[in-house]
Amino acid sequence: MQETPLLIFNDNGIYCSQAEVYIDAWKPVDKCIITHGHADHSRWGHKNYITHTKNVPIIKHRLGEINVTGKDWGETFTINSVTFSLHPAGHIVASSQVRVEYKGEVWVFTGDFKTENDGIAEPFELVKCNTFITECTFGLPAFKWTPQAEVFTDINNWWATNKTENKTSIIFGYSLGKAQRILKHLDTSIGKIYTHGAIENMTNVLRENYNFHETTRITRDTTKKELLGNIVIAPPSAHGGTWIRKMVPYVTANASGWMTFRGARRRRAIDKGFVLSDHADWDGLLKTVKETGAEKVIATHGYTEIFSKYLREEMGLDARTEKTQYEEESGESAKKEGEVAE
Amino acid sequence: MKAFATLIKKLDSTNKTNEKVAALTAYFNQANEDDKLWTIAILSHRRPKRPVNTTLLRHWATEISNVPLWLFEESYHIVGDLAETIALILPTKNSLSETSCETSVDKSLTEYIEEIIKLKTLEEKQKKEYLQSTWLNLNYFERFVFNKIITGGFRIGVSQKLMTRALSRATEIDEDILAYKLMGNWTPETTTYQKLILETNEEDYLSKPYPFYLAYAVENNFQEDLGNINEWSFEHKWDGIRSQVIIRNDEVFVWSRGEELVTDKYPEFQKFLTNIPNGTVLDGEILPFGNNQIGNFNDLQTRIGRKNISKALLEKTPVILNAYDLLEWEGEDIRQKPFSERRKILDTLIGNINSEEIGLYLSETMRFNNWDDAANERELSREKRSEGLMLKRKDSPYLVGRKKGDWWKWKTDPFTIDAVLTYAMRGHGRRANLYTDYTFGLWNEGKLVTFAKAYSGLTDAEFRQVDAWIKRNTLERFGPVRSVTPHHVFEIAFEGIAESSRHKSGIATRFPRILRWRKDKPMEEANTLDDLKALIPK
Ligand SMILES: [Zn+2]
Repeated sequence: MQETPLLIFNDNGIYCSQAEVYIDAWKPVDKCIITHGHADHSRWGHKNYITHTKNVPIIKHRLGEINVTGKDWGETFTINSVTFSLHPAGHIVASSQVRVEYKGEVWVFTGDFKTENDGIAEPFELVKCNTFITECTFGLPAFKWTPQAEVFTDINNWWATNKTENKTSIIFGYSLGKAQRILKHLDTSIGKIYTHGAIENMTNVLRENYNFHETTRITRDTTKKELLGNIVIAPPSAHGGTWIRKMVPYVTANASGWMTFRGARRRRAIDKGFVLSDHADWDGLLKTVKETGAEKVIATHGYTEIFSKYLREEMGLDARTEKTQYEEESGESAKKEGEVAE
Repeated sequence: MKAFATLIKKLDSTNKTNEKVAALTAYFNQANEDDKLWTIAILSHRRPKRPVNTTLLRHWATEISNVPLWLFEESYHIVGDLAETIALILPTKNSLSETSCETSVDKSLTEYIEEIIKLKTLEEKQKKEYLQSTWLNLNYFERFVFNKIITGGFRIGVSQKLMTRALSRATEIDEDILAYKLMGNWTPETTTYQKLILETNEEDYLSKPYPFYLAYAVENNFQEDLGNINEWSFEHKWDGIRSQVIIRNDEVFVWSRGEELVTDKYPEFQKFLTNIPNGTVLDGEILPFGNNQIGNFNDLQTRIGRKNISKALLEKTPVILNAYDLLEWEGEDIRQKPFSERRKILDTLIGNINSEEIGLYLSETMRFNNWDDAANERELSREKRSEGLMLKRKDSPYLVGRKKGDWWKWKTDPFTIDAVLTYAMRGHGRRANLYTDYTFGLWNEGKLVTFAKAYSGLTDAEFRQVDAWIKRNTLERFGPVRSVTPHHVFEIAFEGIAESSRHKSGIATRFPRILRWRKDKPMEEANTLDDLKALIPK
């Protein structure tokens, strides 16, 4: 008789039937472990949430009063003989991978992850496992990230140049994660940092556990003149709206992994594209898969078919894809919401 | 190369015309003459001949990238551009970042291009060595530019006109004169910057055409804006190849609108020499003309595509020139004379020849006393094998490029038909993550028969909606293509229609595009193939 796999993919989400626990379920369930605060991973309506302690204020901010238990990194908790623990995923602040162990077999689900240390999110921790369930948002060899120090030099130079032309710099990044990563590395000797309300609110929630530069919320009273030469961090959804129009003269930039594509850089009327992602690039994905020592790999979202084919044919792994409701091929659709990961 | 790559990057990262012109002008002010000439050549689509085929390029790039060929192809489907895909997948010590633009060698643009030209004569092994080592020495963006020089297709939103304007600012030579100098059959291998741009050289002018004057489509309520109808001359708008035929020094030169010298493709026009005096330049339309009547544009395709024009083909698809303007007469540029005067000379000239015998006809002018009469004539366009009417101001000079005011096209309304979405393909470039290229079918005996592909006409928001629907309703996947559950109906507009053995449906349509999403229509009510056939002009 075939044994039920430790984790299965059903209509509600990723499910551990032995423990009767879901991970990042997309439909309301009884008990759900949450990897991180992005909307496609932490949904509304579960009866009980389990997540990292530092993610508690984040999902409370997003979902209101919920029943949630916080766990520390590496802290094990056992449900019906299944042992769970959370490990840093490096994707955004307080983002976890979930390690699941039962009768000596280990599975890991990455949620979203990146391998580069971005200076705010707790750095990615490699967790050995038998089966590795991974995202592959940027699972194509065309995606290779530049070290962020170089990207931020570019961003700060761009800001400084705009300032000499007496223009306002507006940079887009989703309000949980990318916005704070940008904020963390801006050079405040150039000027003041202003924020869109959605970003200011989220940043204030995070200030409880993390340090950021001082920011000023843009309100109705903010004048065009005081913004000149300074920088504004805004969610992508603000682009093209009336909110931004009153900041003329301004220059816009997008910071995203999708800016790798020349077509995406040229899209719409965004002046500048910086390649900066909170997901692993091609080399990061491959290196991680290799180092986990997993024999089985399941790709959940991104270029899943291509990525798993590569793992099968070039690396000889038992790799397949599973359909989930995490942002698939999300280059465009995610942009409309600012809140969702890239 | 660094300077040229920086220029391309600047042009690429702005959509503001004045910023593009400024970047180009600055470049023209500082580059050396050889680099300037090659830049002009590349921006006017005169790149060196491709020294290696793209299959080899792919193989050699994957070889040093540790990427299997199938994965390269998948990536290419998503990126949408070969030069960009190669630039992206190559191992890189030089990142995408701007601060790390260090290359170990910096040769000039001209040096690189000369190497690319020389490459053609080398052995395959040497070609490979050169390309692989060059790739590894360039940073990402330079590599992209280098690949583009090899593969062609620099689409950076710089029209020839825009480039000419920048060159004019840098050289202080009049824009129209530069446009004239830049036309024709030159390449940097056959001329120099000094000769092409700076010197005036009589001999070069022998084959040179004039820049074409292009019409805008009429705007809403144009009848009021155009004033007195008596000031306007009307013609039918012919659907062929816009061309200039030049007769100078006992030679005939034929230019198409893409500024291509196509003399060899139309040997029948050599007959013009017998009746048309030297120093004449005609502007008109090349039209297919079998059995003494205008054929369908589809017939012309066989003439356009063919390199060698056989006797059989000449007999099967004869062409004529339907002339509508005279730009040079008795060796003199008469573009500044009023249209009516130019036409008077043209009418006399062609009136005195045997059109049938030499294949040179006159596009007849018409006059109307009121707009209703003009509108009635426009209704007859399809019957007369035209696309609508042209309106030309009688006292207007012949201008350069697309300019509003004196020439207007008043096209017939497009054909439309309601069809069902059957297949979708991922878009390219800016739409690489969306399914935006669609195939449409019409009903025939209870089945949907593919009749057209279209990839424009919806708003970004609509494309996102359809894309999301496609991803949830996929039947099968074939590489980048998905078949979808037939459900959604779209109204498709197109300009022309003709029978065609090359199409599954037996019918070819011209410029199909999506007019609107018929959310109100169930798919059973989409049109049939017979409905489409009924639209073919008899
Ligand atoms: Zn995420």
